[in-house]
Amino acid sequence: MALSSLSLYSQAIILFAALVLFTSFVMLAQTRMVPLIFTFAWQGLLMAVATVLVAIVSGHKHLYISAALTVVLKVGLIPWLLYRLSVRLDMNYETEAIKHPSLLLLGGAGLVIFSYFIALPIVHLSGLATRNTIAVSIAVELLGMLMMSVRGTAMAQVIGFMSMENGLFFAAVVSTYGMPLIVELGVAFDVMVASILFGVFFFHLRDSFDSLDVGHLNLLSEANEPAPLAETPAASTQGEHA
Amino acid sequence: MTMLEITLLAPLIGGLLLALIGHRSLAGWLNVATGVVTFAASLALALDVFAHGPQLSAGRLFYIDAFNVYLVTLTAFVGMTTSIFSRPYMKHEVERGRVTDRRMRLYHSMYQGFLFSMLLALSTNNLGIMWVAMESATLTTVLLVSLYRTPSSIEAAWKYFVLCGVGIAQALFGTVLIYFAAENKLGAERDDTLLWTVLHDTAGGNLDPAVVSLAFVFLLVGYGTKVGLVPLHNWLPDAHSEGPTPMSAVLSGLLLNVALYALVRIKMLVDASLHNELAGHLMMGFGLLSFVVAGLFLHRQHDIKRMYSYSSIEHMGLMTFAFGIGGPLATFGALLHMTMNSLTKSAIFVPVGYASQLAGTQRIEDIRGLIRTQPSIGWGLLIGTVAIAGFPPFGVFISEFLLLMATMKSWPWLTIPLLVGFGVAFAGLFRHLQPMVFGEPPVGQKPIRANMLPVAVHLALVLWLGLSIPTFLSGWFEQATLLISGAPLR
Repeated sequence: MALSSLSLYSQAIILFAALVLFTSFVMLAQTRMVPLIFTFAWQGLLMAVATVLVAIVSGHKHLYISAALTVVLKVGLIPWLLYRLSVRLDMNYETEAIKHPSLLLLGGAGLVIFSYFIALPIVHLSGLATRNTIAVSIAVELLGMLMMSVRGTAMAQVIGFMSMENGLFFAAVVSTYGMPLIVELGVAFDVMVASILFGVFFFHLRDSFDSLDVGHLNLLSEANEPAPLAETPAASTQGEHA
Repeated sequence: MTMLEITLLAPLIGGLLLALIGHRSLAGWLNVATGVVTFAASLALALDVFAHGPQLSAGRLFYIDAFNVYLVTLTAFVGMTTSIFSRPYMKHEVERGRVTDRRMRLYHSMYQGFLFSMLLALSTNNLGIMWVAMESATLTTVLLVSLYRTPSSIEAAWKYFVLCGVGIAQALFGTVLIYFAAENKLGAERDDTLLWTVLHDTAGGNLDPAVVSLAFVFLLVGYGTKVGLVPLHNWLPDAHSEGPTPMSAVLSGLLLNVALYALVRIKMLVDASLHNELAGHLMMGFGLLSFVVAGLFLHRQHDIKRMYSYSSIEHMGLMTFAFGIGGPLATFGALLHMTMNSLTKSAIFVPVGYASQLAGTQRIEDIRGLIRTQPSIGWGLLIGTVAIAGFPPFGVFISEFLLLMATMKSWPWLTIPLLVGFGVAFAGLFRHLQPMVFGEPPVGQKPIRANMLPVAVHLALVLWLGLSIPTFLSGWFEQATLLISGAPLR
């Protein structure tokens, strides 16, 4: 595939898709909370720009609405919410130790190659101008999943989750020029509610475990005897912030 | 207004009202009333569909056929009976000081919100909306799992949220892929290519096999997480054991069904396009694995609610396996088993809840002598467990027997793991049940106020269906079987 044979807009879409993927890698290895949130906002913005470009190329008007939704939710509301939370919970200067960062990034690179492999049948079938970026969207999703499984703090997991959602949204944009509007609105609504619920959970986790480190969540497992249920009123009086 | 609109609007409006007044003593009754209205409307809807065939709503947003209407009715029914159980139960929890007024408001409104999202997932015609509704079902229940705000309940809710969130995201990707394949076939100009009716009737058999197989794998992982299939089941016992008991009953009895429903719908599409057994074999594999592993896990439980949630995984595994086999007999058996499991499992959680209130703990080791202290609870638990373990004359026996027959017909060797699984699960349940219902009660264990009416109704239904299935119901199942497996029974 010769890049120069594509139209300028298509080349720009590929460029922005590459940048979206780049932000995914940045997030994967970013240990400090506030830059992590900002990187997430950048990813949303880059994706919105790519979506607008796709809208111009394809002439699908409803993609402008999707792009606007992305800006409002993923560049505005969710990062703002997360930032506020991190300040209120005093963790805006916290860092998280990542075990084996280089291994993690290599694993990420492996996932990108794997996504190209998955995308083969789709790309083969697709006639859209954006088909070259389908693999990137899958990679963003898988990297989000990787982030959720290796990072130990609740904040990083939430951002991994949201970035996974970014990947899915991007996949819909580049493989089918967006889902029907009603579905996209529904998904956006769910994502918004989820981000609010995550916020509520931050307080609950902090109240119950004194930390947002999900490594502390080990009360329930098949290996342990369950904790006796009595004396719950005492524990329940603390968590009233939500 | 059509019956379908009433069925959907009643829980929605009820939920909104309850968000305002959910802490008043009247709220429990309003919850019950909403349940009754929903069930009455769904019953009318079911009779209508049974008499006049499938209905497509204006705007093609909703589609009701023999398969989903029976699940709509079942969901509304169990939602209603559980709300009857929930009223005194939650009152008792308030008196014990485990929940505050605010949380009662949350509880009541989310209970109806949860029913609404399940009914929406069942009745919608749009695969995208189905996904949205499934995700909303998680969102509405996640705060209920952590209702008691104990550290372990918060851990359970977090696990539930994150695992189901990740899982269901895969299903969204699968949905995007299906949409992609359909647009490819039908043209990108149409905006109705995510509608099930369009996919099934117009595009049926024509979608690109490679993309559809890929989509199915993602959808299986996604919705399979919610069904509780084994490598993805970790959230389920935690979420079921830590939430309030009425929640455990509806999660176990209904949510898992709805997720399986979504999976079967997808399988119908995929089978039409693939012309091979990929979907069926994958479902059989995951189903059998869940069935066997959950049966083994039953043995090492210490928490009564965890134990019964493993039993749910076991039965969901069996149903997934049966839908995977796919012939008319297996499908009929699976549909019947879906009903039986819902009725029985949501009934069992009632005495389970009372037993843990009675003993003040969910630890199996500390629950003793239920029959001596309060015979209604003890017998309720015993009979419920006998029913779910598949003893005749209860309905679960009939459906499991049908499934065994179907397996013997098409995969004779697999009857061996099935039979072993039944035995293992039976032993796992009874070794814990025996000392709980019989045995010496601890000193000072006193009876509590318990309303066993929902249990009696459910178990009577299961018994009745075990003895004789009425003609209209079997006709209904046969219609659904024809729809799913493409061939009539016999």
